[in-house]
Amino acid sequence: MKRRDFLKATSATLLPIALNGLPINTFAGTPLLKAIAKSSSKNGRVLVLIQLNGGNDGLNTLIPIDQYSKLNTARSNVLIKENRILPLEGTDKTGFHPSMLQMKNMFDHGFMSVIQDVGYPNPDFSHFRSTDIWMSGSSSDEYLKSGWLGRMLENEYPEYPDEYPNAEMPDPLALQIGYGLSLTLVGEHHSMGLAVSDTNYIYQMVNGTVDPAPPTPAGHELTYIRLVAQQTEAYSVAIKNAAEKGNNLGTKYPNRNSLADQLKIVAKLISGGLKTPVYMVSIGGFDTHANQVDASDTAIGAHANLLTQVSEAISAFQDDCSRLGIADKVCGMTFSEFGRRIKSNGSIGTDHGTAAPMFVFGSKVNPGIIGQNPNIPSNATVNDNLPMQYDYRQVYWTIIKDWFQIADTEIQNNILFNSFTPLPIFSQTLGLNKTEENKEGLVHIQCYPNPFTSYTMVEFYSFGGYCEIKLFDNQGKQISTLSAQVYPKGKQNLKLDSYAYKPGNYYLQIITALGRKTIPIIKV
Amino acid sequence: MNRRQFLNIQTQDKKKEKIVEIEPDLTQSINPYSNKKLPDGLEILSYSILPYNGNWDTKHVAHLLRRTTFGFRPSDLRNFKNKSLNDAVSAIIDFVDYTPAPPLNNYSSPSVIDPNIPLGQTWVNDSFTPPNLTAPRFLSFKSWATGQLINQECNIREKMTQFWHNHFAVEAEVVQDGRFLYKYNQFLRGQCLGNFKNMVKTISKDPSMLYYLNGYKNTKNAPDENYARELMELFTLGKGADSNYTEDDVKQAARVLTGWRINISTVESNFQPTLHDTQNKTFSGFFNNQTIVGRIGADGALEKDELIDMIFMHADVISKHLCRKLYRYFCYYNITEQTETNVIEPLAQFLVQSNWEIKPVIQKLLLSEHFYDINSKGCYIKNPFDFVVGFTKAFQTKFTTDLAKNYSSLLLVNSFTTSQGLNYFDPPSVAGWPAYHQSPQYHQIWINSDTLTKRKQLIEILLSSNGIATPTIDIKTDIVEFVSILENPSNPVELINESLEILYAIDISSTKKTELKSILLSGQSQDFYWTDLWQTYQQNKTTENKQMVYIRLYSLFQHLLSLPEYQLA
Repeated sequence: MKRRDFLKATSATLLPIALNGLPINTFAGTPLLKAIAKSSSKNGRVLVLIQLNGGNDGLNTLIPIDQYSKLNTARSNVLIKENRILPLEGTDKTGFHPSMLQMKNMFDHGFMSVIQDVGYPNPDFSHFRSTDIWMSGSSSDEYLKSGWLGRMLENEYPEYPDEYPNAEMPDPLALQIGYGLSLTLVGEHHSMGLAVSDTNYIYQMVNGTVDPAPPTPAGHELTYIRLVAQQTEAYSVAIKNAAEKGNNLGTKYPNRNSLADQLKIVAKLISGGLKTPVYMVSIGGFDTHANQVDASDTAIGAHANLLTQVSEAISAFQDDCSRLGIADKVCGMTFSEFGRRIKSNGSIGTDHGTAAPMFVFGSKVNPGIIGQNPNIPSNATVNDNLPMQYDYRQVYWTIIKDWFQIADTEIQNNILFNSFTPLPIFSQTLGLNKTEENKEGLVHIQCYPNPFTSYTMVEFYSFGGYCEIKLFDNQGKQISTLSAQVYPKGKQNLKLDSYAYKPGNYYLQIITALGRKTIPIIKV
Repeated sequence: MNRRQFLNIQTQDKKKEKIVEIEPDLTQSINPYSNKKLPDGLEILSYSILPYNGNWDTKHVAHLLRRTTFGFRPSDLRNFKNKSLNDAVSAIIDFVDYTPAPPLNNYSSPSVIDPNIPLGQTWVNDSFTPPNLTAPRFLSFKSWATGQLINQECNIREKMTQFWHNHFAVEAEVVQDGRFLYKYNQFLRGQCLGNFKNMVKTISKDPSMLYYLNGYKNTKNAPDENYARELMELFTLGKGADSNYTEDDVKQAARVLTGWRINISTVESNFQPTLHDTQNKTFSGFFNNQTIVGRIGADGALEKDELIDMIFMHADVISKHLCRKLYRYFCYYNITEQTETNVIEPLAQFLVQSNWEIKPVIQKLLLSEHFYDINSKGCYIKNPFDFVVGFTKAFQTKFTTDLAKNYSSLLLVNSFTTSQGLNYFDPPSVAGWPAYHQSPQYHQIWINSDTLTKRKQLIEILLSSNGIATPTIDIKTDIVEFVSILENPSNPVELINESLEILYAIDISSTKKTELKSILLSGQSQDFYWTDLWQTYQQNKTTENKQMVYIRLYSLFQHLLSLPEYQLA
């Protein structure tokens, strides 16, 4: 056999070994339609995801002032004094924690959309599981191994990472500041993001320095490998260039605020021209089981410090973006794995809960509050939790659709695997706006008797369209859908048989095209 | 392939040929960040090769295993922790010798027909390799040879076998015939802790070597100096300042070695007196002007060993050359003056005193103070097989037992290491891999922007819960299972510490450890969240519970194994 033939024979047998020595087949399964070129999320817009790790106490962040007396019954040891709450522009019923003055200013000036009681059906109380749910974008009985933004980026850049970086996309698809890449950014086939351990790592990239190593042979080799690793990072040049070219013009960045440090470098990279569409930053410590507030003053303490950091960091970032002239292409979103319990515990803290508010900010958001204040039960027990008003995937859907402008079919087929009703975060989606939704009377539900024993009559109002009536238990878990159908315009009634239910607090919810309303009910 | 075809394959000097398609690109290996300044003057506390009698703890045990095997299982580490230093070293070198099962026919199919050897039987004893089976048997050999590393026992054997292959290098792609390669491989493995001088005598008539360095074409009328040169330059004397053989010595040695031929069917070498130069061969003053008297008839074969005995008069030069290579392979590439004086020289003298037996020398090195010096640890850059097998051993990666899939999976592993610069049994030249001889970069050659990226990508794929599963390949790693066999996996601190003992050769700061824990805890600050999750999984091993554990372990190990620290052994 000729050498050439021999080599051909051997390398033919070695196939399918290609692509950096990895078998092509390993990555088979990319849907054909993904290969179709797209341009949607490549619209230059940027999403900055801010993870509040540990489960943020939504009720002490966005406080339903009209529920104050019931809150006081449930959580007096952590509740903010009523006169310290910062009411939001245009309402006296909803206000921020007093540490959030900067964010209140953002809201009041129209830079923020607040979404009330975001969660998912059948809430899970495990940090890990609930974090996985939020990051993967799954239902609570669904176990996905990829993240919602990983899938979105995979949908937009189906060939990644082969031949990346390239002229069309020279920059990372997603950049996370933090140890270990978040599930959020993992695609079905590849990790779609680059994680850098901390902000210092980016400055080291710019300066070409690495961590110091001991003066030993091992230290010598380690330094060598670290330098190669830094140069090797496919995107190090892009990041270095953007960081050198970029700038920070904001003057409000606080010191000793790790979230602000992270957001500051994000602003710098965006202003330096980095085309990365997704950034992810985080701040931890929200798992406030004990000493959430100072024993002498509920407006200070651990949670207040965290909210100060979040509020100052976000507003400094927004200020910087405005000055840098990049505000119109940047929006930010906070999320946390769950809210906390309505009733506080004896350690001046709160235990794991369910739904909580989300904040989406930026110059392009449709400012205002989406949803209503939660109804706090008057006799809240340790088992009571908030029912969700909005599924968190409605927020995701809206961001993917309205911010990144990806088509509904792609979101449904490739990203969220389900259809969700968008929210008016960016635009007047569905011709609705938040004012209508908040308007009392248009969305109406109540029941008599309440409290009840074996049954109660539910009364609601139909606009002549589709109405859903749902029942949640006190854990915020959906028990049943009482009705889901088109009703003629006018007052409607339906009977709720409750003999099968244990005594306790429940929630009744109506969802119509005009909005939704949730009321607490009690079986005795 | 008949004999004539076989002998006609190569007409020119094989070692000079470059095989662009498969060989690693050398320009990639010589990277822009190479060692500009050698770490001279770094603190080494002990250069003594006297027996180490200090503290003998997990770190020392792991160091021994890291340097003498391609990788070890957590149970190996636990097992060795119960041994004394002497017993541990003994277990590494006094292993029960056995012959591994030979490579098998994994290739028969409707399109590839082997007339003699059925599927699943070994082809190594076939009297002939038909042309259509050269490539399938070559690949079968490659898979099998890779399998020897993947399935290595916890002893020094495979590591030594690779050492000798790098020392007495042949290129499989030149030799081609799997039967020859198998024989060569078996020789290296069988003699891996044997007698060096005898190895030189045997390799000088090894059929693969005779073929690779043209020894079989070296005749009285057309002497070929190829082997004679490498015998001195690479295999024995080296090219140091104290190695002063002359060009004429190479010519004379080539004449001594004329007449050796290969029997294609028995895969044996034989001596043909009619092709041998029967004249006297006189060497230079470096060899005291010694003359090897030309012999007539079958006795001409004896001249080979006379030549080698003569070369070995320079025991000092040869032993130092070999000990430097051993040191670079097992310890560190940088040989300072102090290392030369205090380690290489006494070790070399000991090799000569031991009458060229390798085992006592390895034993002395592995028992020495210098070997366990704190600064000797963690400075060894893993070669691609240290990297891959290190992973598959530590995480107990499963390779399917299905013959065809097993062989193609092992071939895939070989393609991984090839893409990282080490194609086993195909070094770039007779000098072996540059990482073991190319000054000043040496081991750093393994790491460049291309190979480091590939190492990272490989880790991501090996860690994934699906492993590598195609119709022809099945390689699977269960990282949850890996963690299950640790001492206390429910405690995140202990889980990380024990994983580090197994995976890292150097200590990391407590800040780094906190980062690692933070990954395992998904950013939560309380350890018990992991403990709860782990215990829930232990009590109820559902797919869902396992996945929650897996997601966290994947992030942890993906991070841990991507850090530069993991490249060190």
